[in-house]
Amino acid sequence: FHAVFLLQVENVKLLDRYANRKAASGTLYLTATHLIYVDASAEVRKETWILHHHISSVEKLPLTTAGYPLLIHCKNFHVAHFVIGQERDCHDVFTSLLKLSQPVKPEELYAFSYNPKMSKENREMGWKLIDLRLDYQRMGIPNDSWEITDINKDYEVCSTYPPEIVVPRAATKAVVMGSSRFRSRGRIPVLSYLYKENNAALCRCSQPLAGFSARCLEDEQMLQAIREANPGCPFMYVVDTRPKLNAMANRAAGKGYENEDNYENIRFKFIGIENIHVMRSSLQKLLEVCEMKSPSMSDFLTGLENSGWLRHIKAVMDAGVFLAKAVKEERASVLVHCSDGWDRTAQVCSLASLLLDPFYRTFKGFMVLIEKEWIAMGHKFSHRCGHLDGDPKEVSPVFTQFVECVWQLMQQFPCSFEFSERFLLEIHDHVYSCQFGNFLGTCHKEREELRIFEKTHSLWPFLLQRKQELRNPLYRGFTAYKELQPNTLPFSFQFWCGMYNRFDKGMHPKQCVLDQLLSCLSQKVTLEDNASDLEN
Amino acid sequence: MEFAELIKTPRADNVVLHRPFHLAVEGTLCLTGHHLIFSSRRQDNAEELWLLHSNIDSIDKRFVGSLGTIVIKCKDLRIIQLDIPGMEECLNIASSIEALSTLDSVTLMYPFFYRPMFEVLEDGWSSFLLEQEFELLSSVTNEWRLSCVNKDFSVCPSYPPVVIVPKSIDDEALRKVALFRHGGRFPVLSYYHKKNGMAMMRSSQPLTGTNGRRCKEDEKLVNATLRSGRRGFVIDTRPLTVAQQARAKGGGFEQEVHYPQWRRIHKYIERFNILQESFIKLVEACNDQSHNMDRWLSKLEASNWLTHIKELLTAACLAAQCIDREGASVLVHGSEGTDSTLQVTSLAQIILDPRCRTIRGFEALIVREWLQAGHPFQQRCAQSAYSNSKQKWEAPVFLLFLECVWQIHRQFPCSFEFNEQFLLMLFEHAYASQFGTFLGNNENER
Repeated sequence: FHAVFLLQVENVKLLDRYANRKAASGTLYLTATHLIYVDASAEVRKETWILHHHISSVEKLPLTTAGYPLLIHCKNFHVAHFVIGQERDCHDVFTSLLKLSQPVKPEELYAFSYNPKMSKENREMGWKLIDLRLDYQRMGIPNDSWEITDINKDYEVCSTYPPEIVVPRAATKAVVMGSSRFRSRGRIPVLSYLYKENNAALCRCSQPLAGFSARCLEDEQMLQAIREANPGCPFMYVVDTRPKLNAMANRAAGKGYENEDNYENIRFKFIGIENIHVMRSSLQKLLEVCEMKSPSMSDFLTGLENSGWLRHIKAVMDAGVFLAKAVKEERASVLVHCSDGWDRTAQVCSLASLLLDPFYRTFKGFMVLIEKEWIAMGHKFSHRCGHLDGDPKEVSPVFTQFVECVWQLMQQFPCSFEFSERFLLEIHDHVYSCQFGNFLGTCHKEREELRIFEKTHSLWPFLLQRKQELRNPLYRGFTAYKELQPNTLPFSFQFWCGMYNRFDKGMHPKQCVLDQLLSCLSQKVTLEDNASDLEN
Repeated sequence: MEFAELIKTPRADNVVLHRPFHLAVEGTLCLTGHHLIFSSRRQDNAEELWLLHSNIDSIDKRFVGSLGTIVIKCKDLRIIQLDIPGMEECLNIASSIEALSTLDSVTLMYPFFYRPMFEVLEDGWSSFLLEQEFELLSSVTNEWRLSCVNKDFSVCPSYPPVVIVPKSIDDEALRKVALFRHGGRFPVLSYYHKKNGMAMMRSSQPLTGTNGRRCKEDEKLVNATLRSGRRGFVIDTRPLTVAQQARAKGGGFEQEVHYPQWRRIHKYIERFNILQESFIKLVEACNDQSHNMDRWLSKLEASNWLTHIKELLTAACLAAQCIDREGASVLVHGSEGTDSTLQVTSLAQIILDPRCRTIRGFEALIVREWLQAGHPFQQRCAQSAYSNSKQKWEAPVFLLFLECVWQIHRQFPCSFEFNEQFLLMLFEHAYASQFGTFLGNNENER
């Protein structure tokens, strides 16, 4: 190792789910960024690395005959069960990990010290790799009905939106400002995706501050402008992704949802997806099921059902399918919101775009999708992922659910994604790792204030470099599939062992067909090169 | 009896067919003695459906005005719907189908009438003879011999005419052992593990009864598979209590005092009638259209199907482990030795022997461990999950085995020469087929 060790502890065992009497003794190292466990007992040296930022909890378990146990839970579902010989050592590791895993200030995050020895130009180019304007251009924007406006360049309209947003041309500055006063946190209706074939638009916003009877002329005009930008359909949908009861409760607080009587030609619909607290608790229960040592089939299925996790995944998927159908088949524009329009709204809008447009199923396209619907549109990554020591009630697996929906689609459509499960897992890991600047903070404004673009690196070039191992060998190409129509009957949803039991050694298929395919393909390329060399 | 007598209306036009994975299509329906045939003559896409009557589990009729609908639920789990104009036509067709799909006699079944349209390259009936297996076996060991003691099926009616037994046991002894085992199913060789010379045998339960009868020849037979100083394992697929209770009805288990070198392990595998209930509940859960995740998971759990899968896989792994890791010989039996016993021995071979994971090897395995070994296919596959009538001997024992193979395939996708389609085909043909392979309950009947 060429690292500085903060701590080095001998006589440490790493236990796993199976009988552990024969677990070997190894050494535990702590660096400024990682915990590293080295087992040098067998012929092949085994290293286990855990990034401090990934640690969500450290617990001291009751003393056993083998020593002093320390249980570490990680945000990427890695669970490490160490048994340390000496109590003093165990305590030292425990207190160090507590401090190292809970940074207080953004500047303490890994991204600000990560230095891959890259030139300044390359680092800047890395940030320019994903340009959302190009995606809008791909949709044909700007056009007669839609424009990219910089009205929010000083965050006057909305502090959590990016400086450039897409609104209907017919929406004047007055309409935009008026609507922003009527929407929670100023999150006005903006374009998410335009379906060029029929001009139906997928838009997003937050809940209106309607209370029981408040109206806002400008907001009504905003929706009218959106509807009229799609002359192919006389009505538009307004979809509230909250359960009806929650939305109604919000009315008492002066917020709520759109009254069909006040807005011309809208069809209002609730698609109940539960809130961040329900999701946090659901994941907790799911992880408890995953950690059961030797569950019976009944234990597992009952535990899975009680967690409700797959029910929530299905709810998000159903919503995405509804939006995609409305746009493609009914040719209707849809305006989506939840409460603040940065959790459930982000999930369903990005999922619907993925279902409709094969571009988002390529490497570049998926990066664009995340940059647009999640990063730019202000999903509070820092809070939801617990990057800093903050309010635990803000933490919730919203992005995880979206990634799982993508994975579920990959199971049903194995040939329609350019990338593999591994790509998804890498992105998920880095959302929590804080090694790159993309997911730091909560919105564009904050990222500018933290000077992310000058001081940190972008994840995307780093992943693109590793395309060969992250790609899907079964991908049939861009034009093979247009929109995806998944089966959403309950039994179509599989349990994602590769995510929630990712580090559980014995639990995965012992052979991987896709890896075999990848290696066959690369062998083929080598042979072809040899053949052409011989010919010359 | 002529088939024509049972067909009230041989043909109907303007019938709409609804089937899975296809769009609804209109065409003509025909009934023959063995098939329901649907044909649509559209310019772009002529669609045809040939359905064996023997594949039909149950039918439902509904009427809306004069349009009748027949919903056919098949043994291979397909659900097919026919919209037939005209109430009388619909009723006639429905009752014709009912009559044709409930024929009892085996010789009326389609395989006796089928003439293949493809070139038959090989006589399948003699592709997987036990004699050929034995030749392979004798190239690595001479501890075994072929016995024809059962050549007229008088010693054991459910066994094949030729079996492999330890060399040191003669036919006279085998006759005595057959009297000591349920249904005459004396221990025979199921699998020989070349790596370490260990053997897996299978049989039915010993008839120890309440008096604690013993049979020295039986003891000699099983002990012949043991190496000196080593012990063997008896894997009993019944729970201990059930095995003990069996004595009251004349059955029982191998007692330690008489079989001191054998350790008995009870690895419970569900009885076949419980399996059928499980199967029915599972299919019901799959057909639930309510789009409710909680209901799906709870129905899946309540069916217990996956529990049975887990039980069988565990038992097979145990048998494989005993043979390969412990280096011990194994004897597997349940009560009759025709259901769970065969599931365990065939699955253990999938785990242990790469040859069984090739297409030909798997076919040979099915012939050996299921067909020749006397699994009562006719009884077990008479009805599937959709049947309305009272069920007695039916059970998806073979299907459970096929799914276990599929589960192993999911964990080791690169270790099988065949894919899921092959397993599905075997499942379908076990329930209804133009081929005679799965007819009857044992070699004797065939």
